[in-house]
Amino acid sequence: MPERANGAPTIVELRDVSKRFGETLALDRVSLEIRDGEFFSLLGPSGCGKTTSLRLVAGFEIPSAGEVFIAGVPQGNRPPFQRPVNTVFQSYALFPHMTVYQNVAFGLEMRRVPGHEIQRRVAEALELVQLPGKETRWPRQLSGGQQQRVALARALVNRPKVLLLDEPLGALDLKLRKAMQLELKALQDRVGLTFVYVTHDQEEALTMSDRIAVMDHGHVLQVGMPSEIYENPANRFVADFIGETNFLVGRIVGLQAGAARVEVDGLGLWARAGSGVPSSGTATVAVRPEKIRLSREKPEARNAFAGRVEGVTYIGKDSDYRVRLGPQVVVRVRVQNSAAGEAGGIGEGESVWVAWPEEAGRVLLD
Amino acid sequence: MTVFGRVARRLREDRPLQGTVLILPGLLWMVVFLIVPLVLIVVLSLAWRGAYGPVDWGANAAEFAARLSLDNYVRLFDPLYLGVLWTSLRMAGLTTVICLAVGYPVAYFLARRASRGRQALLFLLLVPFWTNFLIRIYAWMLLLRTEGLVNRGLLFLGLIPEPLQIMYTPTAVMIAMVYEFLPFMVLPLYTSLEKLEASLLEAASDLYARPVRAFLRVTLPLSLPGIIAGTILVFVPTMGMFVVPDLMGGARTALVGNLVQRQFLAARDWPFGAAASMVLMALTLAATLIYTRVSGFGEELVV
Repeated sequence: MPERANGAPTIVELRDVSKRFGETLALDRVSLEIRDGEFFSLLGPSGCGKTTSLRLVAGFEIPSAGEVFIAGVPQGNRPPFQRPVNTVFQSYALFPHMTVYQNVAFGLEMRRVPGHEIQRRVAEALELVQLPGKETRWPRQLSGGQQQRVALARALVNRPKVLLLDEPLGALDLKLRKAMQLELKALQDRVGLTFVYVTHDQEEALTMSDRIAVMDHGHVLQVGMPSEIYENPANRFVADFIGETNFLVGRIVGLQAGAARVEVDGLGLWARAGSGVPSSGTATVAVRPEKIRLSREKPEARNAFAGRVEGVTYIGKDSDYRVRLGPQVVVRVRVQNSAAGEAGGIGEGESVWVAWPEEAGRVLLD
Repeated sequence: MTVFGRVARRLREDRPLQGTVLILPGLLWMVVFLIVPLVLIVVLSLAWRGAYGPVDWGANAAEFAARLSLDNYVRLFDPLYLGVLWTSLRMAGLTTVICLAVGYPVAYFLARRASRGRQALLFLLLVPFWTNFLIRIYAWMLLLRTEGLVNRGLLFLGLIPEPLQIMYTPTAVMIAMVYEFLPFMVLPLYTSLEKLEASLLEAASDLYARPVRAFLRVTLPLSLPGIIAGTILVFVPTMGMFVVPDLMGGARTALVGNLVQRQFLAARDWPFGAAASMVLMALTLAATLIYTRVSGFGEELVV
């Protein structure tokens, strides 16, 4: 996958930003750099500070400490109407007493753009979000998806340096949400704007982003491309939050050239180990369920263990197997039903073998 | 099955019947206490004053009916009475405007406040309502008299050479009416403003609107339903007000309400009083209809 906007200048920067609301510390010395033209997502559970970060860039909040930079210019306590950014709100915040045209034209009117140019640009913006001809409608006459597009058009028409989106797809049903994800991504590609996108849906972030910042409790835990974050989670939280993971806790009994031998409940397994991993002590090995193979016969692999199937969950496309490998060890294995092959028809109570390549396991630093 | 059983079963099954039965008490109330008196007043306004008594009922119903005419209405077209009507319109209008000007900032401040402080302030606004209306008027009389607190204070501070004559002037009537009806303006305004989502104002700011323009383009239009409700709630009662002008306006201030009051009490000419009150009602209705037609009730603002 080509790396987008690599080497492009930083367009938004949070430098050592902290934000306090009364007693609560919402952001704790957060630093982020967002490059021009990229689709950057802030991902994390509720209360992690992602929305606060967005609002700090927009100007709805002022940092308690640290500084927000837009295109290199420190924003200080500049109000939103003085910042070259626009926001798409979670609730859309369309003005109910104005038509679609008036809503979209609002920003242009406030900046005293001449009438005929407003007309042209509004039509252009509506075209861009695939809502042509809806100028005279009222927001309440539109569906949720349509309202969302109007909100998008209303922000885009101003050609901001950065577009800020606060969980804009939250209110839509699954199918529409998936369609909109692709549309938004295509839109961003076409227009070339920087998008800063807040979401708690990791699949959404993985689908759309060039880079993701995973946040929790006011801290940034990891920033990187989706594949990086997925394959090399920096710590247990990230590994747990993104996708599904098996966590195997044990003791390190050997270390050689990037691989560690970890003993988990009597089982010896091999896993990748990064530079910070010590040669002894407790460790957690993370293995993604879909990287584990299930079979009836013992396979040829470094990490191969026998176990018993404790439960099977059918999820349409996949099946999820819970396999007990030892008194303390249970792993979840994700198998695609079409590719079942050797694992076809394995049911509860059966004895099976699980195996995964050494690279699929990773020792986590915590 | 018993009669009662049959009726109960019928009620359970027949939806329209259920509706009618539920409405019946309210309907009866309206008919007895609104429609019937209204019809009585209309008929009365067409009748004549008796030689000694308030109404000339005639020897019998037929004679009464024969003598009905529109003469009372014709009498009202006298410049004297038209002047009274006009004064009422002016005072009611001015009271409403002042209530709006004073009430809007209060409602805005209340609505924008965090909930804890807000409840205390709302409470303070409504406490006067627990006191009797007349007692509050008397309190104002005490304040505004020549030896009242206001004058004493101003004299003490050396701001005026001699006491101001406030009582028994239209000014006093205005002060008291604004005071009385201000909560009627503030509460609907507050309700309207409180419903305003904060995200809308944030969106306006995000879209380059400075605070004043955001207020004019977003807050004000969206508070229109409250403005309309408040205006009606102030204008209609003040049109018919007679207690305040009576107590605080002296002989000089005569409003339509006073006219009706005097006809029914002092002059003992009920038909004329009835005609005057009909005109008052018609005028108020007309003003309200025109107003809501022009400003549209704000229905389209319901999202």
